[in-house]
Amino acid sequence: MKVSYFPGCTLKNKAKDLDAYAYKSAAALGVTLEEIENWQCCGGVFTTARDEVATKLSSVRALKEAADKDQPLITVCSACHNVIKQTNHAMQTDKEFANKVNRYMACEKSYAGEAQVYHYLEMLRDLVGFDTIKAKVTNALKGKKIAAYYGCLLLRPNRVMQMDDPENPTIMEDFIKAIGATPVVYAKRNECCGAYIAMESPALAEKSSNAIVQNAKAAGAEMIITACPLCRYNLIKNGADIPVVYFTELLAEALGVKEDTNE
Amino acid sequence: MNNQNLKEEILRMSGVHPEKCMRCGKCSGTCPAYSEMEYHPHQFVSMVDNGEIEPLLNSESLYKCLSCFACIERCPRGVEPAKLVEAIRLIAIRRQGANHMTANDVPALLDADIPQQAIVSAFRKYSK
Repeated sequence: MKVSYFPGCTLKNKAKDLDAYAYKSAAALGVTLEEIENWQCCGGVFTTARDEVATKLSSVRALKEAADKDQPLITVCSACHNVIKQTNHAMQTDKEFANKVNRYMACEKSYAGEAQVYHYLEMLRDLVGFDTIKAKVTNALKGKKIAAYYGCLLLRPNRVMQMDDPENPTIMEDFIKAIGATPVVYAKRNECCGAYIAMESPALAEKSSNAIVQNAKAAGAEMIITACPLCRYNLIKNGADIPVVYFTELLAEALGVKEDTNE
Repeated sequence: MNNQNLKEEILRMSGVHPEKCMRCGKCSGTCPAYSEMEYHPHQFVSMVDNGEIEPLLNSESLYKCLSCFACIERCPRGVEPAKLVEAIRLIAIRRQGANHMTANDVPALLDADIPQQAIVSAFRKYSK
């Protein structure tokens, strides 16, 4: 299966692991990630204002390329996924906005949100199948107690994201089971880590992140997994004393391809 | 711009209907930045509804919202307060010279591990 892939700025810099293990794991699962040509940064956060057009064009360009190739568009970073999926929804539902975008882009064929956007976790669940993954696991992470940290951007707003139940999600726990480990459920798994406030008000990020880590540990977690580089940064920066790793790294480990050198 | 025009612009940009609010306070109860804010999410809703825009436009509260979509998700009436914060913040930083953060401010805010995502997000929120 060939899919379009939008890595995003951080996956080519501070979160190279998230990207590299996404490639290795996909290859092991028979999925070819075709990187969007000349992709541009999504901007990190979706601007909900309807009159903001320029800030959403990079997402539309990526979406349009995937639609033109008739491939699903796969994202790994929670933030990219949120921005791109919300932009696609705006192209589908806000005619005035879509008209402005299409006039500006002046493409032969206008774009109306035809692309199918999947987060990598959704690709694993809906396109590959957790049962298939289970069957391909060569190095099951047996006995490991892992807390899934969803954060905000994978799940909200659910009206648009449609990934899972926004207050009682299971996709990451099902992923943890598929790679042979034991999921730990805790209350704060879908609360905010503080996000970019880490730059201006690090104390707020510290308070939020600490509460999440303590809550996961109290529930028995030995490790936390995330899809978001900024969540990972905030949790580690603010004293997480258990490992906080990208879910793609664990997937590569379970599939026995973590040490492969050719992606 | 007078207050009525500002209010109309905010409602148009955000698509929010503040009159749907039933004052339950769930938005502020779930806001992770609540303790940092001068005006809280439920106050954004009632103040916009009452045309009290100026205090919001000049408040640091605009830069405390984390874009976590918690108030948007959890509002039982679908009011989506964060969209009002976003619209007012944009009106504030679209004024000439009113950027809340500039490129010159960034180096002092970095450490060796901070992901690019934090910087682009902050810029998207604080600067035009």
